[in-house]
Amino acid sequence: MSATPWLLEVRHLRKSFPIRRGWNRKLVGRVSAVDDVSFTIREGETLGLVGESGCGKTTTARCILRAITPTSGEILFRSANGRVVDLAPLSRAELRPLRPQIQMIFQDPFGSLNPRMTIFDNVGEPLLVNGLSDRRARLDKVADLLELTGLRPEHMHRFPHAFSGGQRQRIGIARALATEPRLVVADEPVSALDVSVQAQVLNLLLELRTRLHLTLLFVAHDLAVVKHISDRVAVMYVGQLVELATAEEIFRHPRHPYTAALLRAVPVPDPHAPSADVALAGEVANPANPPAGCYFHPRCPYVTDLCRTEPPPLREIDAGRLVRCHRAEELALSGVVVDSRGHDGRTT
Amino acid sequence: MTTPVLQVKDLRVHFALDEGLVRAVDGVSFDVNPGQVVGIVGESGCGKSVTMKAILQIVEPPGRIVGGQILFQKDSAPAVDLTRLSPKGPELRAIRGAEIALIPQEPMAAFSPVHSVGDQIIEALRLHERQWRPSGPRLSRTEARSMTVDLFRSVGISMPDERVDAYSWQLSGGLRQRAMIAMALSCRPRLLIADEPTTAIDVTTQAQILNLLRDLQRRHGTAIVFITHDLGVIAQMARYVVVMYLGRVMEQGSVEQIFHAPKHPYTRALLRSIPSVNVAPRTLLPTIAGSIPHPLGRPRGCPFHPRCPDAIPGLCSERVPALRPVGPTQLASCFLYHRDEAVEP
Repeated sequence: MSATPWLLEVRHLRKSFPIRRGWNRKLVGRVSAVDDVSFTIREGETLGLVGESGCGKTTTARCILRAITPTSGEILFRSANGRVVDLAPLSRAELRPLRPQIQMIFQDPFGSLNPRMTIFDNVGEPLLVNGLSDRRARLDKVADLLELTGLRPEHMHRFPHAFSGGQRQRIGIARALATEPRLVVADEPVSALDVSVQAQVLNLLLELRTRLHLTLLFVAHDLAVVKHISDRVAVMYVGQLVELATAEEIFRHPRHPYTAALLRAVPVPDPHAPSADVALAGEVANPANPPAGCYFHPRCPYVTDLCRTEPPPLREIDAGRLVRCHRAEELALSGVVVDSRGHDGRTT
Repeated sequence: MTTPVLQVKDLRVHFALDEGLVRAVDGVSFDVNPGQVVGIVGESGCGKSVTMKAILQIVEPPGRIVGGQILFQKDSAPAVDLTRLSPKGPELRAIRGAEIALIPQEPMAAFSPVHSVGDQIIEALRLHERQWRPSGPRLSRTEARSMTVDLFRSVGISMPDERVDAYSWQLSGGLRQRAMIAMALSCRPRLLIADEPTTAIDVTTQAQILNLLRDLQRRHGTAIVFITHDLGVIAQMARYVVVMYLGRVMEQGSVEQIFHAPKHPYTRALLRSIPSVNVAPRTLLPTIAGSIPHPLGRPRGCPFHPRCPDAIPGLCSERVPALRPVGPTQLASCFLYHRDEAVEP
């Protein structure tokens, strides 16, 4: 797998937002929404980005899409012609030719489609914008896309209100795929959907991944969903990457106490499973005023004096395995493992 | 045999819209025994929230309870049918908030932003004083305040003396939900309705809140109706589970029966379709075909039949199966088990 070249490399990405107060909008501080985040995504790979609200996962995704301009850092993207470009400093005009190669799937299937445009117009717009002006050709292409995402092409002249949430999400996926992107950023693509529909959309993404060799950055808060779809998983906490490993590894042997706590906090749909006993005390730190040392230390059960003063660096403890913890090697943390009975038990 | 605190019998809540009649709740029955946690689980549009609103008599027009009974057992007195009481009348106002309390989904919207959270709880305590303390002198403000501080302490709010004077927008999501729980428990209700109490909260905070609820439930023995769409939360919280789909109960049973021996095809399909941390990764999940029908386009017959893998042609599409026993304490409404038990049209 390491032979596959990377498609996206994010290096020391930072994004901070100003905090302004008072009548003259005086600058009183800055929130570091994304604080020195680095990772790579290989071609054809799905990277899951998880964390709780406010951890900076969406801001990271928006920086990569260049919906917002990062404060510093590099976003290296290998474009279709093999050239590596840094997206971070590019202007709107410079970004334009690259936009078709990076597309997005949105969270809210009700807010992300224009209600006044038919499905054909919604899905066909990226094609039109990118120069496919022949309506006949566009009709064919949209029909193909709808078929690909499991919709009936003959419905393309209907308006979004005629479709259910799951179908709308398929339309959103069809639109994202219209320009044959090399990278798709999906921000919580199934969290607004009902359980029975969520599985269908996840399956669709899995199928498309294999069929189109899609590279996916999958942002979500639901660990079960992320594990199901991702090859590798990155965990964020208060703007920082705290752990990155393959999906199997992270669920079996988390190395960061926060990851372990996050896994234990997920209620398991099995009454026999041990209940999610107090995983973590306290609350997520305020990113505008993070604690000294390790950002996680006030909640960490394994805290030492070092953690209170010295911020831990993100270290590679095994090949491709990154952890931001002083004690990663010595801690024996419990993961969620599969046992032979089919439902999971937790190792101690 | 204990008398249930709450008995919902064939409840029907319909919404007469210009576009047509929406049968949001269409014949729902279940019991809640004292000290029992009953989970109501279902996807959007299944009627779980409308059921909750019907119990509290806060269904907004054009919604109307058109049939059924909601029997609530107060102490030793005969059960009262809540549907017979006027929604704004004194009897119901004495019950709502005092005997039956609600933990809403979004505590930010539930608390008033212009009164401190403490004041709102003090108000509830004093308003419902005769319900939770039938005799004794009138409760003074200072007394009520110190009770509120104790309540805050019991729900794990740190620095309760200061937090009592805080406004809801000054508290974090987790603290706000704890304050809401304190308010709901303030009048020592016999029944607590928790409507998706952790849906708007992050997982690590959710674990704390669920733990708190479990702990309080054990200590006070309050009966809880726990409404959620999250099967994981239901498995961890409820002893008895009611599975709803399009306004009807598909199946109900003990939590073990529902999760380990589900009878209704919908329950089975729903359980299979959740990606869990133990399913082999990057494999296709078994899905339920189709999507939830539009409320105005309810299918004839069993509401689940167009998506059901086991639908019996000519039967399921015509007649509505009745909720009948399929085992001890387990009921299902499905013709696979009771071919002749249909609901009379």
